[in-house]
Amino acid sequence: MEGHPEDQDQSLMSRVREGTGESAYKCYQCGKCSAGCPLALEMDYPPSQILRMIQLGLPGLEEKALGSLSIWLCLACETCVARCPKEVDLPKIMDFLRQESLRRGLTHPTAKNIIKFHRAFLDPVKYTGRAFEVGLIADYKARNPISAFQDVLIAPKMFFKGKLSLAPHMIKGRGEIGRIFERAMKKESKK
Amino acid sequence: MARIGVFICHCGENIAGTVDVFKVAEAAGKFPGVVHSVEYKYMCSDPGQTMIKDAIKEKKLTGVVVAACSPRMHEPTFRRACAEAGLNPFLCEMANIREHCSWVHEKGEATTQKAIELIRIMVEKVKRNKPLYSIKVPVTKTALVLGGGIAGIQAALDIANAGHQVILVERSPSIGGHMLQLSETFPTLDCSQCILTPRMVEVAQHPKITLYTYSELESLDGFIGNFKARIRRKARGVDEKLCTGCGVCIQKCPQKKIPSEFDAGMGKRTAIYVPCPQSVPNQPVIDREHCTYYIKGKCKICEKFCERKAIRLDQQDEIIEVNVGAVVAATGFDILHSKDFPEYGYGKYPDVIDGLQFERLASASGPTLGAIKRPSDGKEPETVVFIACAGSRDDAKGIPYCSKICCMYTAKHAMLYKHKVHNGKAYVFYMDIRAGGKNYEEFVRRAIEEDGAVYLRGRVSRIYEEDGKLIVKGVDTLLGAQPVEIKADMVVLATAIVANQDAESLAQKLRVSYDPYHFLSEAHPKLRPVETNTAGIFLAGACQAPKDIPEAVAQASGAAAKVAGLFSSSELSREPVIAVVNRLPPPVFSTCTGCFLCEKACPYQAIEREEIKDRKGNVIKVVAKVNPGLCQGCGTCVALCRVKAIDLQGFTNEQVYCELMAL
Ligand SMILES: Cc1cc2nc3c(=O)[nH]c(=O)nc-3n(C[C@H](O)[C@H](O)[C@H](O)COP(=O)(O)OP(=O)(O)OC[C@H]3O[C@@H](n4cnc5c(N)ncnc54)[C@H](O)[C@@H]3O)c2cc1C
Ligand code: SF4
Ligand code: SF4
Ligand code: SF4
Repeated sequence: MEGHPEDQDQSLMSRVREGTGESAYKCYQCGKCSAGCPLALEMDYPPSQILRMIQLGLPGLEEKALGSLSIWLCLACETCVARCPKEVDLPKIMDFLRQESLRRGLTHPTAKNIIKFHRAFLDPVKYTGRAFEVGLIADYKARNPISAFQDVLIAPKMFFKGKLSLAPHMIKGRGEIGRIFERAMKKESKK
Repeated sequence: MARIGVFICHCGENIAGTVDVFKVAEAAGKFPGVVHSVEYKYMCSDPGQTMIKDAIKEKKLTGVVVAACSPRMHEPTFRRACAEAGLNPFLCEMANIREHCSWVHEKGEATTQKAIELIRIMVEKVKRNKPLYSIKVPVTKTALVLGGGIAGIQAALDIANAGHQVILVERSPSIGGHMLQLSETFPTLDCSQCILTPRMVEVAQHPKITLYTYSELESLDGFIGNFKARIRRKARGVDEKLCTGCGVCIQKCPQKKIPSEFDAGMGKRTAIYVPCPQSVPNQPVIDREHCTYYIKGKCKICEKFCERKAIRLDQQDEIIEVNVGAVVAATGFDILHSKDFPEYGYGKYPDVIDGLQFERLASASGPTLGAIKRPSDGKEPETVVFIACAGSRDDAKGIPYCSKICCMYTAKHAMLYKHKVHNGKAYVFYMDIRAGGKNYEEFVRRAIEEDGAVYLRGRVSRIYEEDGKLIVKGVDTLLGAQPVEIKADMVVLATAIVANQDAESLAQKLRVSYDPYHFLSEAHPKLRPVETNTAGIFLAGACQAPKDIPEAVAQASGAAAKVAGLFSSSELSREPVIAVVNRLPPPVFSTCTGCFLCEKACPYQAIEREEIKDRKGNVIKVVAKVNPGLCQGCGTCVALCRVKAIDLQGFTNEQVYCELMAL
């Protein structure tokens, strides 16, 4: 059987389909996602345009999508999914694009901080089974010294409200969590 | 002895490209009983048919098998050719070696062999075919038209003007349908009521049209030419013969705050009401759900004031039965309602309205006398946002199709608004502009270029209220999907066109098929657009798919032409493929034991009872008998009969067994 054009080569479009089960061809560029996305104004390309770049697959456009800041700004809030008339799961695609962007070394310079934040968030989860806010902040600030004094003033307030604890909580299934991380990393390195 | 002729068609390359037709012809020539076997490029062509006719005469054929395409395509062609050569047409059969063979298999030995086998079984069948003769049934030359919108009105007038009786059944109190609610119509901006009401009056006055408003179809039995319809005439509460339509009762009725369906909720009506002043008929109906007398047991003010003594508060529904020869379904459409748009606040914010509500605002006969005033506070809106494709082309809302007319009426709405509010701003959010009709594209350009409607390409994500304004959050995809925000005073949603809520049950009553969205289905999307799969039932207007007025009218005239064609003769001939109960010489008379299981099973009530009497008139036996006019040849009785007393002509058990045994 002759396939859809996207099955014929390993375009970003077909990798997205393989990786997420979502077809970017479904999108008819109505823009309802971009209209509702809380981050659209901060993004370099609104979400519907990221999809358009994948749809066209012309030289340079895939790299533009993978090198965009938009994919790193997406909050996975799913507003777009709720609104999209064609039921395109954009955050799922955004997540895939982030992995692809890292793999191909196309990551937007500003995104580096976001990635540092992700890592600082995940490391304590890996070892303690839980997010550890104070550790997270310290770790993030160590990884990203320019941010050392950002938001520093809200810390005392949060502390007194009991939102910040000085020692990390441990959970019982720490071993399992560790194994989840291991498996995920193995899967990732195989790609 | 059987003398069968086999004629194998190449169908150009369609068959010959995959099947070795020469080999097939040779093999078929050797089947027992076959005396003639040939192949030809196009059997359906004139020379092809002549080959068949000549062979019938020269070889004295007693049966013909044409191995070609589906019998749905050319069985009539070949049977006619046989009849012209003096062979009973029912002695001709087709073996489908195209759809059942060459089109669905690869070229090769096995495919050719399958074609040979398909012909072999048909030869065995034809050997057992008997001459049959078409059945003649009378035609009742009265048409039943369901729905009195513009499509039903047009169909009724055309059929009546062709000289036939019409019964027009309309569910609501007046005919006119949605068109009567419209203000002005694209692409000419002529006043909808001005062009429609003359037709409505013509219907009311036409000597050949019987109009039943406030009525619905209960059931339909029978078949083409001979339907029996039961119609429920809902209790109007008013004696139509006495009422002069003076309207005193309407003025006096104390229930004055009922949202008017005709005004799409933008205006109010009384409990005894006519939908609008131009209603046909103009006699009111009593809405029992809201009438004080029905709620509290007393009031009867209308009865007191009615000088003609026409009020009948205790009237009951009445069921009438009519015989008709054809049915035209013209029951129209509905629009998607508020619960489906939580993100747009439709149903929550009074100033988010739908297209029909805007029509009523813009209509000179509407609740605001044509002034554009928003529902919440009656102020003239300075900024209006129109949203096309509200619900249409939206898989998430279960409506993947295009509603077809919204692009045009949205342009019309923007235009009408600008004509009425000169300083107003009109924004239209659209995805594509579909304006493929005569003068349609020009109309849309006029809205943009001359009337200054601002078109933005993009969907709106959300509407919410802030400081007395409706904040419309959308994008302009032509500006790189830039988010845009418009502070509007009123929003008009072009909500999707959907089938009526009762469309499915109507389709089941009529035994016609319908699509997944409950629009009634035509028999063929290209070649039979006004017929249904049930003979004698036709379609007109938006009950088949979203349509504008010109299309609805054209289809209605098409349906009327079909009905007039059907009524042009007083008899119909039908294929004699019907069941028969065997008859044997005395003392058996028939193997039928009179169990009458078939009588219960027959979906068409075609089984009757026949008494077999001796010379003195004493009943010896009661056996089943098939009414040839009612039998549709479905074969249910044949499968059920335990003593095999019933058989289907043209498809007898013997014929089918022999087909199978030949394999
Ligand atoms: C907002 C809006 C604006 C429009 N503007 C335009 C325009 O400017 N120009 C244009 O060309 N078109 C316009 N249209 C389209 C136009 O309304 C339709 O093309 C037209 O009404 C279709 O006519 P119809 O007879 O098929 O259906 P309808 O008008 O829906 O009539 C169907 C009739 O059948 C009755 N009925 C329903 N079910 C039953 C039943 N079971 N038994 C008996 N009776 C039944 C209904 O009560 C109704 O009277 C507009 C539509 C909308 C929604
Ligand atoms: S809302 Fe859906 S269909 Fe519309 S542009 Fe966004 S992804 Fe595409
Ligand atoms: S999930 Fe991402 S793209 Fe979608 S609305 Fe939220 S932030 Fe925007
Ligand atoms: S009886 Fe009913 S319809 Fe008549 S006036 Fe009273 S409320 Fe109105």
